[in-house]
Amino acid sequence: MSNLALIATLLLIMAMAYHLGLTRSRAVAAEQDVRMHSRPGYYGALVALWCGLPAFGLFLLWSFLAPQLIEMLVTQQLPTELVASMSDRELTTMLRRISAVAEGRNVAGGATPEELLAANHMARLQTFELYSLVAVMAVMAVGGLVYARRHISPQWRARNHVERVITWALAASSAVAVFTTVGIVLSMLGEALKFFSFISPAEFFLGTTWNPRFSTSGADAQGEFGLLPLLWGTMMVSIIALLVAIPVGLMTAIYMAEYAPPWLRNVAKPIIEVLAGIPTIVYGFFALIVIGPFLSNLGDMIGINIRTTSALTAGLVMGIMIIPFVSSLSDDIITQVPKSLRDGALGLGATKSETIRQVVLPAALPGIVGAFLLAASRAIGETMIVVLAAGNNPVLHGNPFEAVSTITVTIVNQLTGDMDFASPQSLVAFALGLTLFVITLGLNVIALIVVRKYRQQYE
Amino acid sequence: MNTSAEPMTASPLVSVGSGESRTSKAKDKVKMSAEDVKVFYGNAQAINGIHLDIYENEVLAFIGPSGCGKSTFLRCLNRMNDTIDICRVEGKITLDKNDIYAPDRDVVLLRAQVGIVFQKPNPFPKSIYENIAYGPRLHGLARRKAELDDIVESSLRRAGLWDEVKDRLDQPGTGLSGGQQQRLCIARTVAVSPDVILMDEPCSALDPIATAKVEQLIDELSESYTIVMVTHNMQQAARVADRTAFFHLGDLVEVDSTDQIFTNPKDQRTHDYITGRFG
Repeated sequence: MSNLALIATLLLIMAMAYHLGLTRSRAVAAEQDVRMHSRPGYYGALVALWCGLPAFGLFLLWSFLAPQLIEMLVTQQLPTELVASMSDRELTTMLRRISAVAEGRNVAGGATPEELLAANHMARLQTFELYSLVAVMAVMAVGGLVYARRHISPQWRARNHVERVITWALAASSAVAVFTTVGIVLSMLGEALKFFSFISPAEFFLGTTWNPRFSTSGADAQGEFGLLPLLWGTMMVSIIALLVAIPVGLMTAIYMAEYAPPWLRNVAKPIIEVLAGIPTIVYGFFALIVIGPFLSNLGDMIGINIRTTSALTAGLVMGIMIIPFVSSLSDDIITQVPKSLRDGALGLGATKSETIRQVVLPAALPGIVGAFLLAASRAIGETMIVVLAAGNNPVLHGNPFEAVSTITVTIVNQLTGDMDFASPQSLVAFALGLTLFVITLGLNVIALIVVRKYRQQYE
Repeated sequence: MNTSAEPMTASPLVSVGSGESRTSKAKDKVKMSAEDVKVFYGNAQAINGIHLDIYENEVLAFIGPSGCGKSTFLRCLNRMNDTIDICRVEGKITLDKNDIYAPDRDVVLLRAQVGIVFQKPNPFPKSIYENIAYGPRLHGLARRKAELDDIVESSLRRAGLWDEVKDRLDQPGTGLSGGQQQRLCIARTVAVSPDVILMDEPCSALDPIATAKVEQLIDELSESYTIVMVTHNMQQAARVADRTAFFHLGDLVEVDSTDQIFTNPKDQRTHDYITGRFG
């Protein structure tokens, strides 16, 4: 709350600084009877930035460092024999209790005398920290303001400076996304490496049995962590899904882009796109309750044993789910093929479908392949439908009418219930996640290469 | 067949009126004929009742200010306007005395007989060879690979492109220069051996040198084909056309020998246009 007030105050001061800079630049211009390099607004903005940015940077750095420093000081002040007698985890718990007491909240079982003392100390440190932060920020804000305001002169290229700040701000925003990605990958990698200290990569990637047991059965009762049944299950479900989605989606796209009258296109396109908006859990129980039994009955009629929850059920429903991905991406790409190409083929005496098959689709192919690969990575990462409808049976077999399990389902299974992140049973989720990530990344890279290699210049 | 320049068209900058020698060719057999052709886009009328005969093996140029309906009329001649939903054509157009808008007329075959070359070069994103071979394959003009090779070679020769591309037939047609692309498109049209070739401002996206080549090509092609072209460039009409038709606001104002149109127009509007008073 106090942080929020601090930032609000800073913004208020920045607004003032803007105004001061603005009026100052006008005054300078009037005094010296010259044209300023930039319009007054830019001087105002620059003064405000000088006032606000350093102070804000300090605030971020401070908020990051100060709590750690305070914890260190408090720990130092605790009786040394007490600290020595505790494990790291107990110490963390105790520090958490102390900070709760310092904020005036109650803790379970009441605070011990040592904790009370430490909490007192912490509260004092925190008050001091807050006051000093405010003081330093105020000095920096006012200092920046005064410095920048003094600096205003006709030669000062405020407009260019502001431009540079904007460039940096935009770059910083993109850096957030990039670093987040890198961070996620690194943390996955770290945990996966921990997993591979229990199970060798060869055992994991080449193992044909998946039987992790439970982490509660003890570390020596390690199960078998073979990836192949899960990978195969994922592939089977995804392939079935693509076999459904690619033909239907592509033909839908061709009809919508080339044949459908405008009114039908306007009505049908949004309806198809609604398919993509249905929550996957709804698809999941749709598969479980409607499609599964239907397929099972169908199988009975023609004498094939089809399980209610099977690769076929999950793949079929997942295929329906990704139809709109294929159709709307392909539709956009087909529509982008220039009319001149169509006219060229029609002018040579090609029929409409010949034109589409022989000229439009080849021209649109790179984009369409890209759409397929995007749909594929969507299918591989899909979780909810397979959790409900694939049957969770991590066994290596080639029968699509049998239940299977996929990588995503297994991650869900391994991370629900009691978790112990020191056991391979939980850590395997990271190895699986990393595998999934590498597969989808690979597909996206291939999609990019395909698109780039065969991209046609229409102009 | 011959790629060497005929003396008459060797210079691209022939002055207005030098089309004289071209008019001497004897041309009297009517190839296509339009009777009271009207075109509507939705409710707007783009063409108001045009009567026009097109003679065999002539080069007929359509000139006129933008939006006068010359391209629209050109596209009626092989029913390319069918691809525009809101476009409606009335009246009668015949090819060799057969109505091309007759209900039982196969529009696909019509377009093989009346080929079209567009304003902007539009090679398919395929190899040079495949670009030419596309039409013949479509219509089953070649039984064997060797026959197809022959068609490709002779079409490219006719378009004066063979020597430039014979070593890279497998490379994409889109990799050629603009002028080469346009000649590729002409070769592609020639490959299906049409009777009539329509050209919709074939040089407007080309530089003067490429334009000169295409003009020379048109002249050579007129030995074997009937050519109808739209052009914005009056000098071009004067250079290559036997007859010229002047369109204005959806009307065919005047059609006569190119010489006559540019030296002694009958209509005041034609006179104003060719002297640069408007347009």
